[in-house]
Amino acid sequence: MSNLIVLPILFPFIVGAVLVFFAKNSRAQRIISGIGSLILVGLSIYLAVVAYQQDTVILEAGDWSAPYGIILVLDNLAALMLLITSILAAACLFFAFGTISSKREKYYFYPFYFFLIVGVNGAFLTGDIFNLFVFFEVMLLSSYVLIVNGATKYQLRESFKYVILNVFGSALFIMAVAWIYSVTGTVNMAHLSERVAEINQPGIVTAIAVMFFIVFGAKGGLFPLYFWLPKSYYGPPAAIAALFGGLLTKVGIYAIIRMFTLIFHHEPSFTHKGLIVTVAGFTMFLGVLGAVSQYDFKRILSYHIISQVGYMVMGLGIFTPLAVAGAIYYIVHHMFVKTALFLLAGATEKVTGTTQIREMGGLIKSHPVLTWSFFIAAVSLAGIPPLSGFFSKFPIILSGFQEGQWVISAVALLVGLLTLFSMMKIFGYVFWGENKLTEKQSEVSVTKLLIPIAPLVAFSVILGFAAEPIFTYSLHIAEQILEPSNYVNAVLKE
Amino acid sequence: MEIVMSAVIGLLFAVAVYLMFSRNILRVLIGTLLLSHSVHLILLTMAGLQRGAPPLLFLEAGSYTDPLPQALILTAIVINFGITAFVSVLVYRTYQEHKSVDLYDMRGAKDE
Repeated sequence: MSNLIVLPILFPFIVGAVLVFFAKNSRAQRIISGIGSLILVGLSIYLAVVAYQQDTVILEAGDWSAPYGIILVLDNLAALMLLITSILAAACLFFAFGTISSKREKYYFYPFYFFLIVGVNGAFLTGDIFNLFVFFEVMLLSSYVLIVNGATKYQLRESFKYVILNVFGSALFIMAVAWIYSVTGTVNMAHLSERVAEINQPGIVTAIAVMFFIVFGAKGGLFPLYFWLPKSYYGPPAAIAALFGGLLTKVGIYAIIRMFTLIFHHEPSFTHKGLIVTVAGFTMFLGVLGAVSQYDFKRILSYHIISQVGYMVMGLGIFTPLAVAGAIYYIVHHMFVKTALFLLAGATEKVTGTTQIREMGGLIKSHPVLTWSFFIAAVSLAGIPPLSGFFSKFPIILSGFQEGQWVISAVALLVGLLTLFSMMKIFGYVFWGENKLTEKQSEVSVTKLLIPIAPLVAFSVILGFAAEPIFTYSLHIAEQILEPSNYVNAVLKE
Repeated sequence: MEIVMSAVIGLLFAVAVYLMFSRNILRVLIGTLLLSHSVHLILLTMAGLQRGAPPLLFLEAGSYTDPLPQALILTAIVINFGITAFVSVLVYRTYQEHKSVDLYDMRGAKDE
């Protein structure tokens, strides 16, 4: 029991609320939000240490004991997600200082940025399925505002589709909560885990599990519900697209991992090895095909989000400690690298003024640091050793072969190859080739923008070279979440 | 009573989905409204429609109602109120920029 774990929700909320009062003063907003995001990083490092020492920390709001009251649970998985979220949020925020237009700044960009983090952190921490819905809505409503911020014609049209799809997804979420409540009589996740185990997950509970999978799959960009993703991530400025690309789909994936390890884990031959693995295969393959066929920097990256989300759920679907650890490691790797790539795309756009890769060329001469940062992030994404992408794909595919899941493992290998192809396509068009920049363009300095990106690229290298301790940590988390009794006992204190 | 409610929910849901398939974004907005009503009713119905006293300690009654679904619905309605307000503004702004509420007229914006 510790009041500390409410801070990742409360602190960004207070910062966001204070920022509303300084909406017209961009200097004050930058100072407050910059300091706020750095404090959040410090806080989440501290919480990660606490979670590592104590395994599971819980907070019962207002001292109402577990199945009745509202509960927050911090275990190692949640702590890890909080830590990455805060780092990404800080990086994207400092990138936004250099790129966002003052018109967007004045229309509550910073407050909603922090409200988004409130929702994301809340979704990671909550131990109650209905509160998960509430925090999803906090996150989504802020994301609607951010994605339409600036109100260009393109943004308005695509955001409308994004909003409607998510409203529909939320409606399905409430339905799924209603059904699970009518079958089990509880909405507390630990209590649900216990009750579903008691009745040994009959068919109706499995059907509800599939409903939850659809809901979170739509938010996480899984096949066949990913069609909204590339277009809506294209509209907003790079800082927002990077945060969304790195963070938002992973909240859906986190929810899937939580649900299918804690509650619905009694029928793995149907839900995990059947449904999730199949969906993962289609997701990663069709996603990467989309990326291969595109010639727009941001769209290629958006399609890659889809294909990589496939790897994460594949790790969950194979459902051995090694594979789940691989999926967790993959989430860490992906969040850093993907955000870095989106930010690099934004920096490139600042130089060339376009995102069409066929209209660019020869940036390597005028902007070598930008080029090599992109190169590291790109080959890391494709999974070239010794960078982080290799060590995250390796355990997933290895355990795929160990479990005799030949088809999905072969698809995963093929997708890795195609990822390399499309990343090299960007590299070849944008950074190599003849110089298409005008003199004025080649003098544009992006050094200020590269400062927030540098730590993210460095993390990818560190994650690769220090794979041993970090993978051990992932394995520790995987073993913890694959043993739901840890979570249940900590929450219900039995 | 549950049967009647199920039929009402199904009808509302069907109308909502029909409206959301429309090209007119104003109709889509109304569709989301009806959709939220139907899921709130599901939340109420799935928990079982009981008659009885409020579950308070000093009330000696034969049966009590379940307060949890009502609390959940209240929360969901408040959230949905916010979403609806936002979507209404979004529809209005889209109309201002595109001078139309028909999705067909919005194709091929310049900044694409």
